[in-house]
Amino acid sequence: MEALDLARWQFGITTIYHFLFVPLTIGLSFIVAVLQTFWYRTGRHEYLQATQFFGKLFLINFAMGVVTGIVQEFQFGMNWSEYSRFVGDVFGAPLAMEALLAFFLESTFIGLWIFGWHRLPRGVHLACIWIVAVATNLSAYFILAANAWMRRPVGYEINPETGRAELNDIWAVLSNDQAWSTYLHTVSAAFVTAGLFVVAVSAYKLWRNTRYDDTGEVGVVPPKRDFALFRATLRTGLVVTLVAGALTVFSGDHQAKLAAEYEPMKLAAAEALWDTEEGAAFSAFAVGDTEARYNPIDVTVPNVLSFLATGHFDGEVHGMNNLQEAYEELYGPGDYMPNVFVVYWSFRLMMGFGMFGIAVAAAGLWLTRGRERLPRTPWFYYAAFAALPAALLANIFGWVLTEMGRQPWTVHGELLTAASVSPGVSLGTVAMSLSLFTALYGILFAVEVGLLWKYIKKGPSHVVPDLENDEDESEIPHFSY
Amino acid sequence: MELAVIWFVAIAVLWIGFFLLEGFDFGVGVLLPFMGKRHSVDRRVAINAIGPVWDANEVWMITAVGAMFAAFPAWYASAFSGFYVPVLLILLALIVRGVAFEYRHKRDSDQWRDWWDRAIFVGSAVPAFLWGLIFANFVRGVAMDADHIVTASLLDLFNPYALLGGVMTLSLFTLHGAVFLTLKTDGPVRGRARTASQWSAWTAVPAVAVFLLWTQAAHGAAWTLPLVLIAVAALVGGVAAARFRREGWSFLATAVTIVLTFTALLGSLFPNVLPSTTDPAFSLTVANASSADYTLTLMTWVAVVFLPLVLGYQAWSYWVFRKRVTGEQITGATVTAGRGEPDQAA
Repeated sequence: MEALDLARWQFGITTIYHFLFVPLTIGLSFIVAVLQTFWYRTGRHEYLQATQFFGKLFLINFAMGVVTGIVQEFQFGMNWSEYSRFVGDVFGAPLAMEALLAFFLESTFIGLWIFGWHRLPRGVHLACIWIVAVATNLSAYFILAANAWMRRPVGYEINPETGRAELNDIWAVLSNDQAWSTYLHTVSAAFVTAGLFVVAVSAYKLWRNTRYDDTGEVGVVPPKRDFALFRATLRTGLVVTLVAGALTVFSGDHQAKLAAEYEPMKLAAAEALWDTEEGAAFSAFAVGDTEARYNPIDVTVPNVLSFLATGHFDGEVHGMNNLQEAYEELYGPGDYMPNVFVVYWSFRLMMGFGMFGIAVAAAGLWLTRGRERLPRTPWFYYAAFAALPAALLANIFGWVLTEMGRQPWTVHGELLTAASVSPGVSLGTVAMSLSLFTALYGILFAVEVGLLWKYIKKGPSHVVPDLENDEDESEIPHFSY
Repeated sequence: MELAVIWFVAIAVLWIGFFLLEGFDFGVGVLLPFMGKRHSVDRRVAINAIGPVWDANEVWMITAVGAMFAAFPAWYASAFSGFYVPVLLILLALIVRGVAFEYRHKRDSDQWRDWWDRAIFVGSAVPAFLWGLIFANFVRGVAMDADHIVTASLLDLFNPYALLGGVMTLSLFTLHGAVFLTLKTDGPVRGRARTASQWSAWTAVPAVAVFLLWTQAAHGAAWTLPLVLIAVAALVGGVAAARFRREGWSFLATAVTIVLTFTALLGSLFPNVLPSTTDPAFSLTVANASSADYTLTLMTWVAVVFLPLVLGYQAWSYWVFRKRVTGEQITGATVTAGRGEPDQAA
């Protein structure tokens, strides 16, 4: 066991944990902004309730996204000082831009939104949540551009004197095709996640208010107002999920083609493809032998991988053995294969969980077509509850695929992970910080889920108590600490 | 002026902005236990006085660190790997603190609020102390080898000068926070904050004075001496103004003290960014730690365009929330000092 191993674990744990909250923040800020816009335009009370109800849930989640994000910025310096020294010139720039252009906007206007109810004119207050939503997306772009640069370094040259990467074209970094494609894929997945969050919550509230009579038919007996509210939010969530889901699939396909071009080893590992093939088959289920480098069991669909990777059914896809040889020639002796088991399965789990969520949304839209119709079978509700964790898992496995597939490199072709770690930081120190973070994250996760659950159960009438007294309460902030 | 020097100044401005702004909300957090009985509306008043702004204040730190990463990668890398444990403690503290503000009132339970109140106190006190310790060590220097890898042990970081630096920031921010509360609240909290400003001065004034004079004697330049003297004078004036209920002047004075203290401190550091006590030749300097010109030029443009914008909308948000916070505003009912939390929608 080395400090390197624990530093990698820490990066994985803190990043995945952070990314449980980020997709919800990205998507929910937008959905809350849309609900508030509906209220602003129509003045209907249920939209106000929906805004404040989902606004509360959004804030509970937002707090965790913010505090876990701070760790990300510091741990490059703490655990990966050699990486930071090498790439600071290039990687630091988008990071600093993210803070200056996005975080300031986000943090200032979230404060204005939380405390500005009844204090700001309605239009200005509405603008605040929209600014938060836009800033969140802006921040996602900068950090994903930095991440994309690690997978396809552009716009830099190595200074022979210092051995450091020096930026020479910021536009190349920001317009990197890996960057915008990753952004599209990640953000649409975030909208799927937030959409399914709204779906799961709305479905739960409707389901709690449904009773089964003897014939097994579902009769809806909720208070009329909540019914309209949650049917509307259910539909909103379903539409968001389905539209974003289509974008996720489209951009995911593009991601595979970019991987074939810039990170062929990742694609080969994701498909457990050992030898270069033309007309390569898509592997549906494989059991591989990484020692002997072949797959004793491999259930495949002919030619599909070639099509995914190149757009042609008989295109050439590089295999791991051939790439290993080529890389040894290029970069010297070493093992250039990522962990095939992890990469192969995270790819499948990402797709599987993601597709499940999108399928639930499609089914839900069909079942709620027309006026006032609700799904009449309990299975839909169970599926809707399961779709939320599925979406979160799809996000997680997506990042596992992205980051583990890049190994052994931190910057593809330029810097190995093993050479990135902080030389002056001991195993014990990293072990201590890893255990402290993990313990704190565990506790906070339980706290957050508990709070969300409490507010979901209490429902919107708890958040916005009474329709009639709304005017009387105008001086009391609904949102304060 | 060279770009690297401009960026050293820019990073100094970001850190000073952070200490000036988050300084008072750290102070409010430290004072929370003294601002009202447990579970009282008074504590909520204190928290809500910083509620709309603490998050944006913290972004000054995030931007400062991001700017260090981009403009001085070697400084960023050596400092945060070298000061690992203090930085780790700051991160843990900021995590629980940030969550505490948002979660404290989300459950109507005394035990629940007690825990988050502790989190706010510890989460504010620990970074307020440790940032002072870290910045003092920046100026003093640490054991560092030719590859700029910090070899100092954890105990080395807790040397007397750095410990005094920590006491200095902790007490100064506490005083700054107390003055902020006298300016931003009304009712019992305001009275207690005024008292707190007087007794925190007993630590803050000597700590600032001794630390700055020590810094001046050991590392100072000629131009930092007037700053040191004005900083101490402003602090004494600020304490006096608080005593005579001139809250605006008092806050201005503690703000001036913070700005000048850190200007003197970072001015004494220049042209180093992290001196090596092993061998001065191993020191990280503005010249050898900086990024190449392209990145610095780019960052300069970004900062020139966006920093005024940031200042503009942050100033606006302070303007929106300019009114004093009172218990009545929060609960909608007349409340007296120390009364328990009325049961109400969260």
